[in-house]
Amino acid sequence: MTPLQTKLVIGIGNRYRKDDGVGLYVARLVRELAPDTVSALEGLTDPAVLLDRWDQSTESVIVDCMVSQTKAGRTVRFDALAEKIPVELFAGYSTHSINIVTAVQLATVLGRLPRRLLVYGIEGEDFSFGEGLSPAVQQAAVTVAQDIVAELCGHPAPDPGRRHTDA
Amino acid sequence: MKNKTITVDYLARVEGEGGLQVKVRGGKVTQAVLNIFEPPRFFEAFLRGRMFTEAPDITARICGICPVAYQMSAAHAMEAACGVAVTGQLRNLRRLLYCGEWIESHALHIYLLHAPDFLGYDDAIQLAKKCPDAVQRGLRLKKIGNSIVTLVGGREIHPINPRVGGFYKAPTMTELDGLADDLRWAVAAAQETIRWVATLPFPELERDYEFVALRHPDEYPLNEGLVVSNKGLEIGADEFFEHFAEEHVEHSTSLHARTKARGEYHVGPLARYNLNFDKLPEIAQQAAREAGLGPVCRNPFQSIIVRAVEVLFACVEALRIIGQYEQPEAPYLEVLPRAGTASWCTEAPRGLLLHRYSIDSAGLIRDARIVPPTAQNQKVIESDLADFVERNLHLSDDQLTWQCEQAVRNYDPCISCSCHFLKLDLQRE
Repeated sequence: MTPLQTKLVIGIGNRYRKDDGVGLYVARLVRELAPDTVSALEGLTDPAVLLDRWDQSTESVIVDCMVSQTKAGRTVRFDALAEKIPVELFAGYSTHSINIVTAVQLATVLGRLPRRLLVYGIEGEDFSFGEGLSPAVQQAAVTVAQDIVAELCGHPAPDPGRRHTDA
Repeated sequence: MKNKTITVDYLARVEGEGGLQVKVRGGKVTQAVLNIFEPPRFFEAFLRGRMFTEAPDITARICGICPVAYQMSAAHAMEAACGVAVTGQLRNLRRLLYCGEWIESHALHIYLLHAPDFLGYDDAIQLAKKCPDAVQRGLRLKKIGNSIVTLVGGREIHPINPRVGGFYKAPTMTELDGLADDLRWAVAAAQETIRWVATLPFPELERDYEFVALRHPDEYPLNEGLVVSNKGLEIGADEFFEHFAEEHVEHSTSLHARTKARGEYHVGPLARYNLNFDKLPEIAQQAAREAGLGPVCRNPFQSIIVRAVEVLFACVEALRIIGQYEQPEAPYLEVLPRAGTASWCTEAPRGLLLHRYSIDSAGLIRDARIVPPTAQNQKVIESDLADFVERNLHLSDDQLTWQCEQAVRNYDPCISCSCHFLKLDLQRE
């Protein structure tokens, strides 16, 4: 049986479409910054699998890129158990139009949400082919990763410094 | 009202970008079009100049829901071109992998995409509120399909383990045995699924389709068989383009396919079922009969029952393969390139999928053609829409629009798959 991953950070996106990969970048940072009690997953492509992961988690954070025609690097944070997540912020990223918001709604109805679920969105600006994040998006990603580690661990995360400029 | 236009700008709960428009004048349908505006994706061009061994991995990227189908058609076509036949346990493993894809794809479509239509719900969220046990069952079935694909294919989306000649690594007997308990649950869940979808209200629409699917002498078709139809067609995949043509139409970025002799045709679960009912295991035939289906079903709305029957078949077949499995001595056969052209068809969840490749003596791909199921079904979807609307003009606009979308989803169209085509009209001044 898969062990209960009590604290789970899930990064979503496509690393080969530049800023769309910011969720994956944040998950990778969290994996480096957080203690072993926090797990981080990159690249889930089937939203139905999110429900299975949440079955195994008590606290979970999802990080995805956002497209809301605002300033690149703008960050939003939702407590999915207390707030409604605006559908228009998160584009469908999956097969058959089941997106992150649908997965949260489905889990809510079916009683399969973890006890705590945070959703972070980071505004992207460059979705062209290739790897790497825009400067503003990368800066926001570092801040979000630090915030997530702090929230899940109850203390500030170490400054990642310049180790992650290869995004 | 005798004149009306039904327009759905953006179809929901289908893969890819498309819409539909039906025009009625004087009580007659004058136009019914499935608009496909997803940009072309040029996969056939990507393949040219690549090694023949790369085709399964490249073409898998055409679709996130049926990558196994692309890998299977590509691998088989390359093996046929090189004169190699994969048999025994490696062949069985390919069938098992395909069963996993059918289970996950069909379960997703039945429970999350199509069932809400029949019950008047906007989406799966509403369905989950009213029928949570059913949706939980669908999600668990899908997960079991994913588990098969993950174990045999290496990961659940865009598997990395299949290759020309077989697999990079064959699972152990112990690993496959680990799927058995879940699959035994899935057999019961699939039977329950059939009983559940059989209670749905089905709009009336019976049409005289030309059904086209694979047929194999010994088994319900997945990876192998002749291309047959209920109108007398019986050909090998290499003869496909002698009997079928693809053409560009203005309102679609996907090529429309037709038989040269008779025009539109129907591929997918309903076609497979009608042409292969006798090859289903007895448990699946019995469940179909109890659901009110005979060996022939021509109502496309009842394709949801047929998909459920195919889920049951796939679960039973997966268990059979696992029960007889012995790990092969080598996970793949060596396939050496030789110059030639070959075609192969397999049965994707949505229907017949043809790949044809020409390779040179060094194994470089010189030409590639792919005919996916949704491209083949476009004409018949449009005919269904025209027929259905003309029979149901008494319905309100809202209800008619709703049921037109439902009629499109009968085919579980994968628009992203269908828009791979190469034809580019470049005009210069």
